[in-house]
Amino acid sequence: MSQRATQTVRSQPAKVRVSNAPQGAYARGRERLGWWLMVPTMLVVILIALYPLLNTFYMSFTNARLGRAEYDFVGLRNYARLLRDDVFGISIVNTLQLAFFAVILETVLGMIIALVINSNFRGRGLMRTAMLIPWAIPTVVSAQMWKWMFNDVYGVINDLLVTRLGILDTKVAWIADPNLSLWSMIAIDVWKTTPFMALLLLAGLQVIPGDIYEAATVDGASRWQQFWTMTLPMVRPALVVALIFRTLDSLRIFDLPFVMKGTSLDTITMAVYNRQKMIDLQRLGEGAAISVVIFFILLIFVISYVRLVGIEER
Amino acid sequence: MATQTLPPPRVRKQSAGEILGKIGFWLLIIAIIVYTIFPFYWAIVTSFTPSGALFNTPVEYFPSEPTLVNYQQVFKSSNFAYALRNSVIVSFFTVLLSLLFGAFAAYALGRLRFRGKTIALYTILSMTMFPQIAVLGALYEMVRNPCKIFFGAECFGASLYNTWWALILTYLTFSLPFTVWVLTTFFRSMPGELEEAAQVDGATPMQTFWMVLLPLALPGLVTTGLLTFIAAWNEFLFALTFTINEKAVTAPVALTQFGGASQFELPWGTIMAASVIVTVPLVILVLVFQRLILAGLTAGAVKG
Repeated sequence: MSQRATQTVRSQPAKVRVSNAPQGAYARGRERLGWWLMVPTMLVVILIALYPLLNTFYMSFTNARLGRAEYDFVGLRNYARLLRDDVFGISIVNTLQLAFFAVILETVLGMIIALVINSNFRGRGLMRTAMLIPWAIPTVVSAQMWKWMFNDVYGVINDLLVTRLGILDTKVAWIADPNLSLWSMIAIDVWKTTPFMALLLLAGLQVIPGDIYEAATVDGASRWQQFWTMTLPMVRPALVVALIFRTLDSLRIFDLPFVMKGTSLDTITMAVYNRQKMIDLQRLGEGAAISVVIFFILLIFVISYVRLVGIEER
Repeated sequence: MATQTLPPPRVRKQSAGEILGKIGFWLLIIAIIVYTIFPFYWAIVTSFTPSGALFNTPVEYFPSEPTLVNYQQVFKSSNFAYALRNSVIVSFFTVLLSLLFGAFAAYALGRLRFRGKTIALYTILSMTMFPQIAVLGALYEMVRNPCKIFFGAECFGASLYNTWWALILTYLTFSLPFTVWVLTTFFRSMPGELEEAAQVDGATPMQTFWMVLLPLALPGLVTTGLLTFIAAWNEFLFALTFTINEKAVTAPVALTQFGGASQFELPWGTIMAASVIVTVPLVILVLVFQRLILAGLTAGAVKG
């Protein structure tokens, strides 16, 4: 992504004149100014991002406890322990399951919604505004809202499905049932993030010129064929970016499972388990090892997405 | 209006299939809108329903006796008012610092030439990728003993734990990279002639920045400011970990701490009233600034 960004800078004619003049007092003044202007941001980056990140790597090889100054090196013991840690295994499976199904559902639903908004009808502005509401609602609020809607006795979902429509025979414990709670969580995440997906895809759709569809219709291509052969390839850059964002977000999800069921094994995710180990149980070293594993899982996803795109674009 | 002759000349009759397609399309639109809006509608309805009526079956879809009791309860029985104050202060200063630092860096990255620029850009970009949880433990230790990383020892028990600053500073981990990234694309898109004209007029680079470019970047500043505000207002993990009581706890954390008589008797009316209170400022911001927010959301993604 950033590669493309730097390329556009170089291709801008206005930049060339500035870059060709490192000599002269004015240009030197600009270079010095550039460094000074970077100071606050670089300080922040180093102090509260790079240093903590390196510290996390370092701590993962120690038996450090929260709030205790002394610790010893234990080599790879924390990682060895993680291999035998059933809860960590469950949290990984839960997280991957959530990420997989949530991202697929969001993409399909988001695409449908984006296509609908992109077609011409009265009130599409209103609909786009409506899309922003789930996006703006804090995750904690949406978790609480849906927990109440999913309430087994007094919740509106059971009321709709059982009492009003008669689709289900008996009321279902959407949150309490260990077999259902992860799926309920996926449903909440899909509700919260589909609009974001739709808006990103919509931005991609709006770049496509309308007249190519007219030409395709004249040539006898069906709407379905047009979607697969024209729309999808052209919206792909936006789609890939949206997929990266959403996959990363769902792999590090914390708020939703934590507010829904705390550290219950039914919905525990990698991030929830990580915090429990590190803060609640105060095992900083083991927690740091979990952080490192999460970090590398995310890295693998980013690299494979970027490679997937990079190779095909050449 | 009524005197106007209505039916415009039809070119041709619509076939049954076309009409069905149209009806289906509008049903789809209605379904999407109900799906996105209903949960929020439900939170509002619940917040105005007396708690006695909440625990009735079948469920009421519109409160028959709307009441403000739940809203009074929110402020009476908990530290929610303090949490709202903390949220406002923390979000405001997060926005202020991100915009100040971010505009400096974005001007340098977008318009100036200096050695090390590419490395700086990539470092900042990579910050948006790594998970918040990966720095949680280390940041917690820093928040507890901020002196430790400078002097290797605690100094006079200084601690940022349970303060606004613990949140404002740590929120910069996600707000600053975003701000720098979006504003850099903004500064880049400005024509270079502006700076040259200012240079001819004898302005120093810093004067050019303050008096020529920054005013032009105003839409970008507003957009990133809004998105940063929303992100800071909604943040949960750091607030949950670095604060403990009404001195610094933020609204999303307070929202999870409403207790009932037992675990199974959560005061849902009060929780929903608090949820509505937390959300309404955001909904207003979104409705007022939707164009800018949409532009910012897609600029951060599509251009990147």
